[in-house]
Amino acid sequence: MEQIEFNYPAKRKVPKRAHVGVVGSGDLEVLLEPSEGEVAHVFIRTSVDGFRDTWKAVLDRFFTKYDGAVRIQINDAGATPGNVQLRLEQAVEVSDR
Amino acid sequence: MNDKGYNANFINRQSFIELDARERATALFDAGTSRELLGPFDRVESPWLAMQGVTPQEDDGCVVMKGKISGQAAVVVALEGAFQGGSIGEVSGAKMTAAFDLACADNERGIRTSAVMLLETGGVRLQEANLGLATIAELMGSILALRKFAPVICLTAGTVGCFGGMSLAAGLASYVVMTREARLGMNGPEVIEQENGVEEFDSSDRELIWAIHGGEQRYATGLADALIDDDTLQIADAIRRFVSMGVPAVHRSSQVALYRNRIAKLDTSQQWDPKGFRALWTTNGSSEEKR
Repeated sequence: MEQIEFNYPAKRKVPKRAHVGVVGSGDLEVLLEPSEGEVAHVFIRTSVDGFRDTWKAVLDRFFTKYDGAVRIQINDAGATPGNVQLRLEQAVEVSDR
Repeated sequence: MNDKGYNANFINRQSFIELDARERATALFDAGTSRELLGPFDRVESPWLAMQGVTPQEDDGCVVMKGKISGQAAVVVALEGAFQGGSIGEVSGAKMTAAFDLACADNERGIRTSAVMLLETGGVRLQEANLGLATIAELMGSILALRKFAPVICLTAGTVGCFGGMSLAAGLASYVVMTREARLGMNGPEVIEQENGVEEFDSSDRELIWAIHGGEQRYATGLADALIDDDTLQIADAIRRFVSMGVPAVHRSSQVALYRNRIAKLDTSQQWDPKGFRALWTTNGSSEEKR
């Protein structure tokens, strides 16, 4: 298991927290919570080691569109990048609803 | 079937099996009455998994919800089969036990509170072996205390099924509800094959597995009280029915003489097949005295 952390700039407050997904094979759990300040913090624990660059690419892309001040925790059980992207977007949808 | 050549009920039904543990638990309550206790944001996760390189889940694969079923207080505990096979660890087991103990305390104060356990589990989590075993013992004690006051209903819908130590918890339930897709048994097919050889049990033979462990057989042999289609409305309906029925006159696990007699009567010199066994143990409507 590998732990990875990233920070991104944020502009707006987020209305509420969101929890989506399951730590099941090929899937992941995302916990998204509003945070103070102008930063988004991402904390990842993944069962598959050695994919830091891939995680960075997925999150860089996600944060080109998303500007919420949040703390995101990801518990991953080997999800594909596409799956990660979908779960992140689902979490945003739940939190902004 | 209708004139379009398909079964509209089947197409329109909302599958229960396709729901995750949280959605399953929510679906059983009267609309808008449920709230989750010790949810993922409370971050009570297993302290043992990360040490062994396994990613934990924030609710440890155990969803506890309180609310009302048929207007009566109820607690629902759902195991998430997709996380570590729904296995019971220190935290998930403690959550389940504490939920039942609180329900028991409410009953003692005169607030009738039923319990439903949604079991999709392979049993004890091997990474937490002894703690998992200990927690199942505690859980069984809690079920025995609670079921004197209010029904403890076990629902295993599939597709993981309910195996290992948790099948003992299912055995203590006031009522067991299953679907055709669900399986219930102490030793899973692979364990039996591994211990006694492929001649004893071929774990790749799905027809054999469901003929022995499947919901249909369990219901036909009186080890389950209801066999329901994989339909959320029908399943919620069955749970409401058993909540309303209250505590059974005699729990299945208290019918020691009945099952001892049945086992004594089994001729073990011949190989029983699931059909023959069903004919012998057919109990829904059995004339045997329950004591």
